[in-house]
Amino acid sequence: MIAASDLVKTYPPHVRALDGLSLTVPEGAVFGLLGPNGAGKSTTVRVLTTLSRPDSGTARVAGIDVLAEPVRARHAIGVVGQKHGGDAEATGRENLTLQGELYGITGRDLRRRVQRSLDRFGLADAADRRVKTYSGGMQRRLDVALGLIHEPRVLFLDEPTTGLDPEVRAQMWGEIERLARDEGLTVLLTTHYLEEADRLADEVAIVDRGRVVAAGSPEALKSELRSDMIRVQVSEQERAAAHAALERLDAVHEVEVGAGEVSGRAQNGAAAVPVVLAALARSGVAPTGLTLARPSLDDVYLRYAGRHFEQAAEVRDEVAA
Amino acid sequence: MTAARQTRQVSLRYLRALLRQPAWVGITLTQPLIWLLLFGALFKAVTKIPGFHGGSYIDFLTPGVVVMLAVSSAGWTGMGFIEDMNSGVMDRTLASPVWRGALNLGSVAQAVLTVVIQSTLIVLLGLALGAHYSGGVGGVLVLILVGALLGGAFASLSNGVALRARQRETLIGAVSFVLLPLTFLSSALMQRGLVPGWIRTISNYNPVNWAADAGRSAAMGHTDWGLVASRVGLLVLLLALSARFATAAFTTYQRSL
Repeated sequence: MIAASDLVKTYPPHVRALDGLSLTVPEGAVFGLLGPNGAGKSTTVRVLTTLSRPDSGTARVAGIDVLAEPVRARHAIGVVGQKHGGDAEATGRENLTLQGELYGITGRDLRRRVQRSLDRFGLADAADRRVKTYSGGMQRRLDVALGLIHEPRVLFLDEPTTGLDPEVRAQMWGEIERLARDEGLTVLLTTHYLEEADRLADEVAIVDRGRVVAAGSPEALKSELRSDMIRVQVSEQERAAAHAALERLDAVHEVEVGAGEVSGRAQNGAAAVPVVLAALARSGVAPTGLTLARPSLDDVYLRYAGRHFEQAAEVRDEVAA
Repeated sequence: MTAARQTRQVSLRYLRALLRQPAWVGITLTQPLIWLLLFGALFKAVTKIPGFHGGSYIDFLTPGVVVMLAVSSAGWTGMGFIEDMNSGVMDRTLASPVWRGALNLGSVAQAVLTVVIQSTLIVLLGLALGAHYSGGVGGVLVLILVGALLGGAFASLSNGVALRARQRETLIGAVSFVLLPLTFLSSALMQRGLVPGWIRTISNYNPVNWAADAGRSAAMGHTDWGLVASRVGLLVLLLALSARFATAAFTTYQRSL
């Protein structure tokens, strides 16, 4: 449904926002573009939604070449930008009505669609109030309603929940899940929340420095790492002995000593646990607890981008500041 | 069809937003009064300068104030676009298949309507202050028309600059920079025969002067229809070129995204 290949986009003087980015999104999927601020996510969305032109590369959305036929492509896609796209001085109904007109929808058909979308997004009571009186969650729902008024086949959501409080974020997630499930919409969303990608996306692409460094379903990406985390809680006195015991095991690597625990990684966590416990027993260590954790998307990110997600975000923030 | 419809819808959006700001409505309606009274009082002595033959000061000044206010009022039109860029409305709109020209013309239509209302108020105030519109209703309509054309052209230019500069400060600078020189390099406030030769030469190329000359000639009698027609023609041309400039500026804006 979306196919981008070798997208390159530079901004003067020499910022390479996209550096050969490629991605493929199957029809009906929720696709998460994951990466820290400045990784190139928004630039990708701007190119795919015809707002911006790449220096080179190709992009097709819903079978339409967005670079060759931008106007046709615009009819097939809906866009919800990072900023609120609603006109704060106008009412919700006025916003939706104008948006429909921009897509050439008029008359009774338009009025019906506007009312339906007000109902569907829980804005019917606030329809004739000015948008500047809306709460953050209502504004975001209006943004999505605006992006869907012309019934596009593909919806782009650029950081749909950034700046929303946790409760509203959870509502938004439910809304996005519903759109994909009930309407068969293909959704591409960008996010810098790992949790969001993990929860919503059927497939994710991790973007770093303008390139896709890994792609696949969150589950597949995580299991590909073959690196479950084993944490053994031990007393202060036994820490050194536990560390030495784990270091000697072939099945466990990246052994580290933390506060009140010793941790290590294993390809198959479940198989490694008895081995670890036996080794500890041999060394006379009596652990007070043991936890086994599947790798997180952060681990995936660390593996492919070579640094922790949070660190990358911080570096970008510093550059931006 | 669609183009005209979209233009109307876009202009309604801007109009509604303005009408919902009581301060804006108040300022827009009182501005003509203040300008006419202030400039009237300030330039009253102009009629005493030897060589002045423009009739009463209020006869001379009313068309000048119409033209001046048209430029200064329409010049700020681009602020709406800058607001839209900052709020995200612009990007959402540009992701739609709307004809780009409608986005400019819709905003221009709102500016022109404002100019027409303000010009009408000035004309009525002038009448109350004793102006003689010997050109009749037709002449007065021509005066309002040239104000509207001039306002439309400057509204388009303002939108084009806004799309290229993308910054409030730049637009404010540009408008402030051109406003007074354009007014003073014209016959808006001073009779042509009384200004230095170099100003007269420059004023031949100044759209504000075209509008002032044509409007005054049409509304205040002794109408030189050849002059009126040529100046109106120039203003129409300017309006068309500036609308093209503004519409093309959307492409420039998108290139920067």
